[in-house]
Amino acid sequence: MTNLKLGPLTSLLANDPAGRRLMIAIFALAVIVPFCNLVFPVDSAFHVSTYTMTLLGKYLCYALLALAVDLIWGYCGILSLGHGAFFALGGYAMGMYLMRQIGDRGVYGNPELPDFMVFLNWSELPWYWFGFDQFWFAAIMILAAPGILAFVFGALAFRSRVTGVYLSIITQALTYALMLAFFRNDMGFGGNNGLTDFKDLLGFDLQADSTRAALFIASAVALMLGYLISRFIVDSKLGRVLVAVRDAESRTRFIGYRVEHYKLFVFVVSSMLAGVAGALYVPQVGIINPGEFAPIFSIEMIIWVAVGGRGTLYGAVIGAFLVNYAKTYFTGAFAELWLFLLGGLFVLSTLYLPKGVVGLWNQIKEKRAAQRVAQSEGDDTVTELADGGKA
Amino acid sequence: MSLATQHIENPSVLYLDGVSVSFDGFKALNSLSLCIEPGEMRAIIGPNGAGKTTMMDVITGKTRPDEGTLLFKDKFDLTQYDEAAVANLGIGRKFQKPSVIESLTIFENLEMSLKGGRSVWQALRHKLSGEQKDKLEEILAMIDLQDAIHNLAGNLSHGQKQWLEIGMLLGQEPELLLIDEPAAGMTDEETMKTAELFKELAKSHSLMVVEHDMDFIDALDCRVTVLSEGSVLAEGSLAAVKANEEVIEKYLGR
Repeated sequence: MTNLKLGPLTSLLANDPAGRRLMIAIFALAVIVPFCNLVFPVDSAFHVSTYTMTLLGKYLCYALLALAVDLIWGYCGILSLGHGAFFALGGYAMGMYLMRQIGDRGVYGNPELPDFMVFLNWSELPWYWFGFDQFWFAAIMILAAPGILAFVFGALAFRSRVTGVYLSIITQALTYALMLAFFRNDMGFGGNNGLTDFKDLLGFDLQADSTRAALFIASAVALMLGYLISRFIVDSKLGRVLVAVRDAESRTRFIGYRVEHYKLFVFVVSSMLAGVAGALYVPQVGIINPGEFAPIFSIEMIIWVAVGGRGTLYGAVIGAFLVNYAKTYFTGAFAELWLFLLGGLFVLSTLYLPKGVVGLWNQIKEKRAAQRVAQSEGDDTVTELADGGKA
Repeated sequence: MSLATQHIENPSVLYLDGVSVSFDGFKALNSLSLCIEPGEMRAIIGPNGAGKTTMMDVITGKTRPDEGTLLFKDKFDLTQYDEAAVANLGIGRKFQKPSVIESLTIFENLEMSLKGGRSVWQALRHKLSGEQKDKLEEILAMIDLQDAIHNLAGNLSHGQKQWLEIGMLLGQEPELLLIDEPAAGMTDEETMKTAELFKELAKSHSLMVVEHDMDFIDALDCRVTVLSEGSVLAEGSLAAVKANEEVIEKYLGR
């Protein structure tokens, strides 16, 4: 990343060695995984299966979602337990586009209506489905649907000064209410079954390895962009005002900042990041249904961030990968144990790792550096190596 | 400052007339009237529950008064503004408990407080100007924290936090400073240093200081208002107030 000829970019990561390493890692992933999938034959030792690539692509989307959660929870102290709603809305916007792309290749062969509408004996497309045959329109809605919901909800909640646990509860209620609504067939979003049986995206076959690889790369790029946007926000004075709101909300008000505007801004940005994550997730897993609105999912992403390390951005990404890898492993090996493990993980990280895995790592590093300083008393150059050598 | 300038025609920085606030029938402020002149330093004393903090809440837009007039600089009706708007009009408030942003550095705390750039967009694009840097230097020297500007505010001592908060007030460049018990928890030496700082500030600001520490008020050497049961009990020099029979009865004790 440091070799890119982008002045603002490099200065953005200048004081963020961990972020720099993360960017390099994601970039490497975005190059190596699709390369190994497409170039090496299936029986080669270097081959990465399409299943693995899709799984990793899913993790990348989750990581972007975790980033969105960390931006508002870690920096502004807003514990949203409803971010699944924004993720799912972004996913549904993408899903609606993919449904329209099916055209007359559905089971009922109706060129205009998706299968589930034909099944429900609907004669024409509901008005809110118009435009979704165009990708550009869907792309706008991927940002606009979560963004507008967050704006309206946030404007009401923050102006009324709903904070803390009360806000968490109403965000949870929000996603629950949406789940119930989307379960209904007459909402026109496929009800219980959601949207599925997608065929292609922008004319590319979704089952093709090359399309999967492109989606993987797109997810990695989205995560990197999301990271840079978030880093830009938290590094600006706006980011420091957010921290001030988190630490001392009324103080911030008495300095003259309109706290509700700041909260609203970061809430909307965060919801849009979540929406993009959902939109990239859907074509990779091949389905979107109301299950993504489930309250438990919104709580799970809090655990990712808590385990990774709140208020660091890169911690959220690491947490999303760690917890989801564990989930994949344990739901395969001991399925019934997973929920207990997840709960235990949250309790443990709250009790013993308040700063998450990232915090633990930093502690170990500081201790080592301190030991090295103690060993080489007075020798400045060695001390500097200990501090800067790993940067 | 002449003591005979109580006419309404005279300019005032802060003008309260007949302000009342009640919570569930309890009159926290009972027809309170008070006037602070430009450049004046005023100490407010009074027993617990006299309405000192409620008065500050009313002035800074946190609490709406039930009735009464509240004017800032004779033209801004403070009952119409909320906290952020009052702050931006030029009224800075320091809380009793030091409240600085603990996970930001001293420098960042002060930078945040600097006047202007309060909108989200301005904050996102903010860059420190040379002028603002000078202002920061000036404040740091005044509050005596220039050696540790990149330390976290959370690691400061109690007294240093109080000063940092005062520094943040100065960054806002307010015309009127409302200060709630600045000397609480300070050592004698720190208390005297703070009194000196306030006297320095009084040359270019109006100040209203709520305090219990009589030595501190003595050091401020300014007019004193005694509040009791939500209204003004007495007003005058510290010596005059101390000699007042009612004040002795209700506050100082015999």
